[in-house]
Amino acid sequence: MHKRNKALLPMLALMLAGLAVPVWGAEGGVSNEMFTINNTWMMVATFLVFIMNLGFAMVETGLCRAKNATNILFKNTVIPAIGILGFALVGFNLMYPGKFIIPGIFGFSGFGLGTDAAGVTSTYNVGYTYWTDFLFQAMFAATAATIVSGAVAERVKLSSFLIFSAVYVSLIYPFVGSWTWGLGWLSKLNFHDFAGSTLVHSVGGWGALAGALVLGPRIGKYVNGKVKPIMGHNLSMVTIGVFMLWLGWFGFNGGSVLSADPGKVSFVLLTTTLAAAAGTIGAMLTSWTIQKKPDFTMVLNGCLAGLVGITAGADCVSVSASVIIGLVAGMLAVLGVMFFDKLQIDDPVGALSVHLVGGVFGTLAVGIFSTNPDYTFMTQLIGVASYGVFCFPAALLIFWILKKTIGIRVSEEEELKGLDIGEHGMEAYSGFQFFTNS
Amino acid sequence: MKLIIAYIQPDRLNAVKQALYEKEVFKMSVTNALGCGQQKGYHETYRGADVEVNLLKKVRIEVAVNEGFVEPTVEAIIKGARTGKIGDGKIFIHSLDECVRIRTGERGSEAIG
Repeated sequence: MHKRNKALLPMLALMLAGLAVPVWGAEGGVSNEMFTINNTWMMVATFLVFIMNLGFAMVETGLCRAKNATNILFKNTVIPAIGILGFALVGFNLMYPGKFIIPGIFGFSGFGLGTDAAGVTSTYNVGYTYWTDFLFQAMFAATAATIVSGAVAERVKLSSFLIFSAVYVSLIYPFVGSWTWGLGWLSKLNFHDFAGSTLVHSVGGWGALAGALVLGPRIGKYVNGKVKPIMGHNLSMVTIGVFMLWLGWFGFNGGSVLSADPGKVSFVLLTTTLAAAAGTIGAMLTSWTIQKKPDFTMVLNGCLAGLVGITAGADCVSVSASVIIGLVAGMLAVLGVMFFDKLQIDDPVGALSVHLVGGVFGTLAVGIFSTNPDYTFMTQLIGVASYGVFCFPAALLIFWILKKTIGIRVSEEEELKGLDIGEHGMEAYSGFQFFTNS
Repeated sequence: MKLIIAYIQPDRLNAVKQALYEKEVFKMSVTNALGCGQQKGYHETYRGADVEVNLLKKVRIEVAVNEGFVEPTVEAIIKGARTGKIGDGKIFIHSLDECVRIRTGERGSEAIG
């Protein structure tokens, strides 16, 4: 719930009836102590979302080959930097314009950051200062940008990808985000996306799908219609990444309460972690049933899918529903990986299954499991569809323009030798021997 | 019996393997190797400094074959590994005195096939 609408808070309180006593008065003021506590929690949540970027870096690097490790780490370092700067320059004011220029669809309140004295008091918001607000939202933007990176890994040209990310995260992400969190037309319809199953994950996922389609598969992935697995080089690294992301999600969802309200925050953390656990188990059971042995990479994807799935409804589904959402998202992650391989859409890290499938499912699940009758399946469907209908073609267009101008794919020779040498002239594991031929 | 040893570019291994399969040569050993020939080396940069890398990554393929398979094997390796650029590699052919299959104790041509 990133909306800055204080009127929504009593509604939330109703939803979680009996869980929390609001600490602020009817006119929205809080004590200085409470404001400090709220703001401190929001900054802690910001730190947690920040470290998710390291999680993504580890997951992606580990699931790809050693010869591309430097390149993937490089992208995952530079993209958050681009994301944060882009969001400071235009994104934040595009996503939270205050007043819309085209009602409900487009608004922009000027370049850069800045606030008056009231911006650092509870007059701005009972939960956080203006600066905290920006930082928290900028971390979200940075994670949205990194989602695309995994699906295009091991073949995308570095320069083109950086340009894509800059445009996508500074313009597309905040523009569509304003429809819901900026109190645009979708929020008026009561479309509910608590922490961004759709706004962050499916937006990233649509970009990832467009990228994977325009690029085509990696050499050797699909030979004569058959899927040839290209194995990741370090599952320990992927595991570190997944736990880092799970930890980060406490901030991603827990911070999206937008205050330190004890009842709401702890409830959101509970549903979040139950869904992560259920996603892990759901993926394990599915993988064990369909494949002969349980595939660890699928289990790791399943955990993340569970987290993505619960993100839309972490505040408004019951405890048991959160487990169901996690389980189904975990199952879908495994089926999704196989489905995209059937279509010969090459996604080295499963970003499409986790973020796109998981995000779409999680958002629709709000319409099914929500304890708040205002969130109907139809509005959730309208929300999911509007993001797809805009983001996918927009991402396709950006990738297509880049393809026609500077090119988006490295040469065959470079792809075979590895992007580490080709794009950066350095290796990630100097002195180690790898088979770099696959 | 001959032992054919080839040093090729790592990224040509898949192509060489496929070419060998087409000639019905299915048995081989592959190891990573470092080496240099006419290609000399290349420059990497690390933290702003130039690094001259003169031992390059190569892949070493060993195939033991009976006489009739020598030419097809060599042709296949060339077909898969040749790009026309310096650094495509070399093929060495030894004569092979004996070959023993450990499981059965077979010797000579029988053991190779």
